[in-house]
Amino acid sequence: MVTVRVNVNLKPSLLDSAGRTVTKSLVDLNFSEVSDARIGKTITLQLENYDEARVKAMCDKLLANPVIEDYSIEVVS
Amino acid sequence: MKIAVIQFPGSNCDQDALFSLRNDLKVEADYVWHGESNLAGFDGVFVPGGFTYGDYLRCGAIAAQSSVMAEVKRFAEEGRPVLGVCNGFQILCETGILPGALLPNINERFICDSIHLKAENQSSPWTEQVKDPIAVPIAHGEGRFIASQDELSKLENEHQVAFRYCSKNGEITPEANPNGSLNNIAGILNSKGNVLGMMPHPERITSKILGSDAGLLIVSGFQRVLATV
Repeated sequence: MVTVRVNVNLKPSLLDSAGRTVTKSLVDLNFSEVSDARIGKTITLQLENYDEARVKAMCDKLLANPVIEDYSIEVVS
Repeated sequence: MKIAVIQFPGSNCDQDALFSLRNDLKVEADYVWHGESNLAGFDGVFVPGGFTYGDYLRCGAIAAQSSVMAEVKRFAEEGRPVLGVCNGFQILCETGILPGALLPNINERFICDSIHLKAENQSSPWTEQVKDPIAVPIAHGEGRFIASQDELSKLENEHQVAFRYCSKNGEITPEANPNGSLNNIAGILNSKGNVLGMMPHPERITSKILGSDAGLLIVSGFQRVLATV
């Protein structure tokens, strides 16, 4: 088995409204060094075999929306 | 004329849509389950609102993969009327039938309210009867319309912006924009003009007994699009 982590994030040009709320909350907690927080999601896949092209296809077809999101693929083990 | 109201797990405006079509627009309409792969006998499609698949992954992302959506895509390409409201709009964007995407409201709140809409393009079958600003209900957490700069320019230049959020008097202002949508966009058309996706709910106001029948000005677009097919 291969463990693969897909990280999906909003494109940097888009305002992440939830991330903005977290930024504000951290600053309110006196973590004043925080200038930005962005929230993405991680999808951890267990695969019987790893084929990068197929995982990319999963991302393009379902896991990420290319209009709003970027993704990266990380083979964990 | 017979309209298919698509039902997915988690649709919750399907009954409103069916009632509006049958009772107020006075056309035939029936539910179609998302697992169907045939829309034979139907002339148009209403993709209703709701929270399909619990909004998992992204709003509309899972519903967009269902077999019936391949048929809806074919309907859209053939020039037949397709209306997607709220989650239905999100599903149409996720399938690529309409451009752009919908992000969480800029204030991170679910908004249930009545807003005003102005028809931008007044020569499409879906918008031509909306001469003055109309009050329409909204109920969504993720209605912030965005598109790439190129896509947005194309929507604007080719008159594919159907509706914008406006003040009561029709002014397009930041204050009238409930969710942070680019250019106050509340609804868009495909390039042929037979597909409309919008966040506000015209099907909830097609009967005076519900407070207004202004929604009929929009929902009756089914008949106008079909007249051109």
